[in-house]
Amino acid sequence: MTHLMILPVVIPMLAGAWLLVNHRASIGRQRVWSILSTSILVALGVWAVNAAQGDFQTYWLGNWQPPFGIVLVLDRLSAMMLLLAALLALFCVLYASRGSDREGSHFHALFQFQLMGINGAFLTGDLFNLFVFFEILLLASYALLLHGGGRARSRAGLHYVIINLLGSALFLLALGILYGLTGTLNMADLAVRIAAASPDDQTLLKGAALLLMVVFGIKAAILPLLFWLPRAYSASSAPVAALFAIMTKVGFYAMVRVLLIVFGLDAVQPLNAEVFLWLWPLALATLGLGAIGVLGAASLRTMAAYLVIMSSGLLMASFAMAEATILAASLFYLLHSTCLAAVFFLLADLIGRQRADGYDLLSVTAPLTHRWTLGTLFLVAAVSMAGLPPFSGFVSKAWLLQNAINHPHYLWLWGITLIAGLFMLAALSRAGSGWFWKPEPFTGRQRRKLDPARVATVSVLIGISGALALFAAPVMEYMTATAGQLYHPSAYVEAVLGEPATMTGVRAP
Amino acid sequence: MELMIAAALGILTTCGVFLILRARTFSVVLGLTLLSHAVNLFLFSMGRLTSGAPAIVGLTESSADPLPQALVLTAIVISFAMTAFVVVLSLKAAVELRNDHVDGENPNEDRP
Repeated sequence: MTHLMILPVVIPMLAGAWLLVNHRASIGRQRVWSILSTSILVALGVWAVNAAQGDFQTYWLGNWQPPFGIVLVLDRLSAMMLLLAALLALFCVLYASRGSDREGSHFHALFQFQLMGINGAFLTGDLFNLFVFFEILLLASYALLLHGGGRARSRAGLHYVIINLLGSALFLLALGILYGLTGTLNMADLAVRIAAASPDDQTLLKGAALLLMVVFGIKAAILPLLFWLPRAYSASSAPVAALFAIMTKVGFYAMVRVLLIVFGLDAVQPLNAEVFLWLWPLALATLGLGAIGVLGAASLRTMAAYLVIMSSGLLMASFAMAEATILAASLFYLLHSTCLAAVFFLLADLIGRQRADGYDLLSVTAPLTHRWTLGTLFLVAAVSMAGLPPFSGFVSKAWLLQNAINHPHYLWLWGITLIAGLFMLAALSRAGSGWFWKPEPFTGRQRRKLDPARVATVSVLIGISGALALFAAPVMEYMTATAGQLYHPSAYVEAVLGEPATMTGVRAP
Repeated sequence: MELMIAAALGILTTCGVFLILRARTFSVVLGLTLLSHAVNLFLFSMGRLTSGAPAIVGLTESSADPLPQALVLTAIVISFAMTAFVVVLSLKAAVELRNDHVDGENPNEDRP
């Protein structure tokens, strides 16, 4: 047990609190603190990935022994998500520090609280604690979404807040059912008790599992629950939207964690099979709808929002195939799609600032300064996103499709993914050619300056996609081990509880 | 007591869902509040309904389960904060958008 494990939660909390108390400090100082805190999180993420290579790491909060106290668990999946969130946040905060953090107050404080919630959700091993961290990250995200003000943000914010409040209520209902049936909320302990539950309780447990899927489905944007997303993501400011790219992945993470650990211990007839049955068609439909949305989007930000939906759909569909090798490939795709979705939100802002008219609307043909630099960035990002070689999009999708080929329903995944990819390619080429080829050369009097720091931030983020392709072998190895770990929940239970199934008969139902 | 709690839960949930499906932000906020009341009550009753039993082990022969009380306290605090936030947000939206429809515009009103 090492105290380093609690730092990904404590550091952003302290930084956020400091920034809130000293909100009169100059914006430069606020930026320094925020960037410093986020950089420490990146270092901690690297440590976590290294530490998770071995066994599970657990941390008992207040030294209360599980299942009575809250426990933090670091395994390969949470370590990888911690590193991804921290890296993405670093780029977002760097980009925001070039000016968009001045559009409203408390940007950096809210940003740190959001990171605290995200990191906590990745680390916790307790379902109620997961709810609390979800609320922390949601409350921060409500305020971040509205950051900068304006009518569009208020409109989008209202939908976003109301649907998420409803989600929180459903989350509590599911937790209530689980607690009422098992008398515990510790994930490992729950897994043991659910596996040993009497047949009378099966229906209620199934109900709780499906309720939890609805809650995580709202976060991860599954088909009937995703209509808040395009408006919310396209209304928020660029760095906020880029950070939100990880939010749907938090939902996906929770889904994987809960379905595979909590409801997956029973080897003979696991409850998660029932949920997968629902998840599979809905996720495929999400993927299809995302592709149609990408094709029909009117602005680059909306298109990026639908790209997020598409990647969410593909992730959930491949997860619903319920095989370790497929999950490994979809985790690789998760890394790639999160980075690239963030790139597109930032690119929309970067290009929009250089256009004479129309910001990021696709229907407007306006002269553009710095056509070559921006065009190259857009081309590389689009090639990677659409899954063409040589970038990470190609590697991850190819690996995913290859691993899925032994599954009985693989044709559905292949067909919809490939057609969706074609749609995406068409939409991105249309956007690119309309913006970079069509317009007249820029003849305005003052040439707008292109901010080199912003360009550098976006380029490095795109570079990560290239690096993922270049060092694909070690990443794939890591992902395979991660998926293997997730499909052996008994090891998780043993690591958290010491010995499996020792705590029985504490509560008579 | 079971019947009373069950009836209260049912009525609160029904009213909450009905109000959430309305088109004005005020009724939606009210609906969310009722729904969160129902959820809190539900969470509380998941520790089993006992009367005359304190939530401390060892004082009397039977004791109530203290954990749902702690959970419900957390849930109340969170839902309280969220309600405050959504009230302020809907006021802000009503002022900025000049109407209190949840979509920000009233589809039935004549557009200027």
